[in-house]
Amino acid sequence: MSRQPYVRPMPKASWYLGNARYRRYMFREVTCLLVGVYCALLIWALAALSSGSPERWGAFLAAQQNTAMVVFHALALVYYLVYMTFDWFKLAPKAMPVQFGEQKLPGSVIVVGHYVAWIVVTLFVLWLAGVLQT
Amino acid sequence: MTLKTRQLELEVLRYDPEKDSEPHFQSYSVSCPEDWAILDALNYVKENLDTTLSYRWSCHMMVCGSCGMMVNGEPSLTCKTFIRDLPDKVRIEPLQNLPIERDLVVVLDDVMEKLQRAQPWIIRQDDPPPVDQEYTQSRAALYKFKQYTMCINCMCCYAACPQYGLDPSFIGPAALAMAHRYNLDSRDQGKSQRLDILADHDGVWDCSFVGACSEVCPKSVDPAAAIQQMKVDGAIEWWKQKLPGGKS
Repeated sequence: MSRQPYVRPMPKASWYLGNARYRRYMFREVTCLLVGVYCALLIWALAALSSGSPERWGAFLAAQQNTAMVVFHALALVYYLVYMTFDWFKLAPKAMPVQFGEQKLPGSVIVVGHYVAWIVVTLFVLWLAGVLQT
Repeated sequence: MTLKTRQLELEVLRYDPEKDSEPHFQSYSVSCPEDWAILDALNYVKENLDTTLSYRWSCHMMVCGSCGMMVNGEPSLTCKTFIRDLPDKVRIEPLQNLPIERDLVVVLDDVMEKLQRAQPWIIRQDDPPPVDQEYTQSRAALYKFKQYTMCINCMCCYAACPQYGLDPSFIGPAALAMAHRYNLDSRDQGKSQRLDILADHDGVWDCSFVGACSEVCPKSVDPAAAIQQMKVDGAIEWWKQKLPGGKS
């Protein structure tokens, strides 16, 4: 008897379309585009700030004040919250399990710890920015 | 008490390497008691309707890992996939991402080579203990890796992993989970030896955390978690090498 294994290659471009699990994954991965655009905006803002020129900083701010940019920022915020915060915090106990003696720390404690750290860092940044007055 | 029976239409992918140029579906109508698993229905077909049907199975109790197949598109152990949880029409295919040897039997050569490459055995750098002694291990040390010892090599995770499907050079979920199991074992001293292989291009960094391997694992091994932990280990080792006096 001869062996002639039949290979079923995965279609390179459409592999994720027929499976809900893969579609969810691709929806998460596509957020990298928003991250890229947001980074470009941040670099623009930093360049304007570091130039020390009020005109350049004013031009950056003016460029943000239109419907398209407001929609982009709102969309980026939702994506960041859903995928970069909720999703990754949920997965943190998988990547960083904690064990004391024979007991494993419940995953929920690790997740809550991340949220607490997030709030503390956010408050610190707001304080640095002068939004929170001491 | 008589069990309720249901008429099930099984659509089974068939492939005879000596006759067929490509696989095709064949339907069987089977009257199934509600407590049957898909494996029981396949055994019924084999014994009563079509003796030419080929598939692997052995223990029928979720231990041997031989009866992994795609059931309605989901990688599953057919001995723990019950008729009562399925619709009247069930499509059964060989595990995705692996070549078909015949009917529902897949070629396992590639994954077996990958399992071996992960060196899933205890490696010692020092001398073994005298023959009348054993390596001791506390329960706490055992609990660090016990979950990963549950793997039965059913290869459902390879069928679920699109990364392996798209790029078969990826070493894959079960092999990495197995390597991690030994890396976490307090008796083992082979972590750096494995890291050379696993932190390479075809190793952990090929995983983009789809997480499908852990979702389909019939033994809750969670290979995705093992891989993410190995990424952390790999990153720490890399930084250690960059520190003054670090090993090159």
